[in-house]
Amino acid sequence: MSPITETLLSFLVIAGAVFTFIGSLGLVRFRDFYTRLHGPTKATTLGVGCLLLASSIFFSVTGEGLSLHELLVSLFLFITAPISAHLLAKAALHQGLPSGLARPQAMDGDSAEPVAPNNR
Amino acid sequence: MLNMALTASFALVAAAFAMSLFRLLKGPSAPDRILALDTLYINAIALLVLLGILLASPLYFEAALLIALMGFVGTVALAKFLLRGDIIE
Amino acid sequence: MKRIRNWLPHPLLTPVLAAIWLLLNNSLAPGQILLGLLLGWAIPRFTLGFWPERVRIRRPARLLRFTGVFLYDVIVANLSVARLILGGPRRLQPAFVVVPLDLTDELAISLLANTICLTPGTVSARLSADRRQLLVHALDCTDPQALVVAIKARFEAPLKEILEC
Repeated sequence: MSPITETLLSFLVIAGAVFTFIGSLGLVRFRDFYTRLHGPTKATTLGVGCLLLASSIFFSVTGEGLSLHELLVSLFLFITAPISAHLLAKAALHQGLPSGLARPQAMDGDSAEPVAPNNR
Repeated sequence: MLNMALTASFALVAAAFAMSLFRLLKGPSAPDRILALDTLYINAIALLVLLGILLASPLYFEAALLIALMGFVGTVALAKFLLRGDIIE
Repeated sequence: MKRIRNWLPHPLLTPVLAAIWLLLNNSLAPGQILLGLLLGWAIPRFTLGFWPERVRIRRPARLLRFTGVFLYDVIVANLSVARLILGGPRRLQPAFVVVPLDLTDELAISLLANTICLTPGTVSARLSADRRQLLVHALDCTDPQALVVAIKARFEAPLKEILEC
């Protein structure tokens, strides 16, 4: 492994770990659920993305041939992280968790007839 | 140099584990605990990827992929349960 | 025409599934490519009942540009969220903001919701029952109106161009 690759890898690994750490730090530091939600969805996803990129480069350099299957995990995380965040936010609103803010006003469309998701 | 970076990263991710565990135990509400579980499984993926680089073994990739899949399904099922009191409609 | 549609229901899904198969196996052997294409054909064919709608991308070039903007924004948003977390909860101004939607396509709305979850310090929290409004929670927002305008210009307009006409 050349020194340049090694420096790049070390940088990516450290950056990934720092972002993962900051994401979990947000979980501890913030006071209400809705602000806590931001740390894990964003910082942690990018952190793990950095680590997976580092892993991909590492195995491409040391192993035989290009190693891209780490991309699959990062892609999967990038697709699923917002979905779980959205569902958790929805569940929290449903349970009426306090947010330290004025309650979000009811949206206009809520009084309308609910649309069945599969009405084709 | 890479080994030093890996050691430091292990410490950081372990600290992240501890903080998520704190939120999991403290709560105070059910969505908080689910969020903490969600973070724990992402941290576990990070730890497995780091271990794979340290041991230069591509075997850990499959475990990471499986944890990513199962963790997502688990989070969605729990959130759905909170939303409807029922998982399968 | 109808026969082709029955035989190859989702032309876009086939190469995507084949690419995922190749990534999963981490190999580019001809046999794997063939097997991937076979799976990419068979899975949409036999799960046809679950997704009756066809996805159409009207402007592939804009989609590429949108992906670039999105990746750049993910990194910027992560840095700003990291800074806010390190700065502590005292100086934050969290807010719930209602974003009125112009999009009507289901896929476009879910893509928009996912995009704003990952990008500028916001999480989409709820879609109104008639799908005209999206409730968004922002971590640090001093000017809700500016946030709505930014989301609409940066993400909603390109998505509308790509997926609707």
